[in-house]
Amino acid sequence: MSAFFTLVARDLKLAVRQGGALGTALGFYLIVVAMLPLGLGADLNLLSRIAPGVLWIALLLSALLSLGRVFESDFEDGSLDVLATGPLPLELIAAAKALAHWISTSVPLALLAPVLGILLNLKLVAYPMLVATMLIGTPAVSFIGAIGAALTLRARRGGLLIALLVLPLYVPTLVFGIAAISAMLGPDDVAAPLLILTAISLGATVLGPVAAAAALRTQMQ
Amino acid sequence: MLLVAENLVLSRGGRTVIGGLSLRLGNGEALLLTGANGTGKTTLLLALAGLLSPASGEIRIENEGDDREPGELCHYVGHLDGIKPHLTVAENLAFWAAYLECDTSEGDGERLSAALNKFELAALADIPAGYLSAGQKRRLALSRLAAAHRPLWLLDEPTVSLDTASVALLVDAVKAHCANGGITIAATHLPLAFENAKEIRLGLQESAA
Repeated sequence: MSAFFTLVARDLKLAVRQGGALGTALGFYLIVVAMLPLGLGADLNLLSRIAPGVLWIALLLSALLSLGRVFESDFEDGSLDVLATGPLPLELIAAAKALAHWISTSVPLALLAPVLGILLNLKLVAYPMLVATMLIGTPAVSFIGAIGAALTLRARRGGLLIALLVLPLYVPTLVFGIAAISAMLGPDDVAAPLLILTAISLGATVLGPVAAAAALRTQMQ
Repeated sequence: MLLVAENLVLSRGGRTVIGGLSLRLGNGEALLLTGANGTGKTTLLLALAGLLSPASGEIRIENEGDDREPGELCHYVGHLDGIKPHLTVAENLAFWAAYLECDTSEGDGERLSAALNKFELAALADIPAGYLSAGQKRRLALSRLAAAHRPLWLLDEPTVSLDTASVALLVDAVKAHCANGGITIAATHLPLAFENAKEIRLGLQESAA
């Protein structure tokens, strides 16, 4: 297990040293959300009604920006071959890299979301649930995204391809993430969508690395 | 320990590169793979490292009381160095040592500085690896060999961009490794002076094969 955390720690250190990926994702998230009121006009009721959906969709798009690099940089500089000769199976290598992506990109995005909620006049009661759904739902974003990153490993400029492959798989996460926030604002039960969201994330955490490793095996041949 | 490959058939992109190669290497033996470009030196090393599955045939390690795959017992140093430009030389090496070494109990710090000294990188230890020259990067990749103990070394043209003095360092390291009972397989175009090394000269496969 120590090799697993060694790899996670290295990826986090690289994310801090390089810095660009996180800065780009956060900046993109901020700009997309900030432009929306400019486009739609200052109708506060409309903005607060669509705020959960906008925050979630913009978060998915921002996370996509850095997903392409999850395996690509290690593949290009030969590290992936050496990693594969290590003690970890490819499944755990994929899991470690997805976990590092979650910590270095998805969590900061989830923590920025409530700040951006102010721009969209999101109702105050919804803030705790917004952060909760994003923290619970984003593991699915990183771990499902790892599948797309592994599949497009050899495709140069595979960024758009990842979006096509992965965004449809994000639909359940998006639907139940927004459902939980809407339930908080309305009369519905919050527990059900939140539990399903948790189940999706747990499932993705297990299945994502297996699928990503299978994709990596064919790509590395 | 015995490395055995039997009737190995390897193909890349639907073309048979190596057709029916068998080899046996025991403790302390070194093997040089030579041959023209495209004759399958890299392909063979990839297969031995477990990174490429053979079309047919078998690769195994016969080692009493140890059923690990060849891939877990080997150091693979390929054309690419596996170096992160944003980490310092010492950090790059420390990561690979901690990752590749299954038991990290022994004195890590000493082993790392010994590995850096062996390939004359000690003076560069705190410099980000992105600033190294091509030959220095290669030496850093080779220093993995000394930083983590593994019995099987697979070196793919290890002398590329090395100067004469560095090639001598590499040859010394391989000699010491084989003297300790390790196995080394190196693909090369230069005549490397390993002691009593076998040589397999790979030829182009007929397209009919």
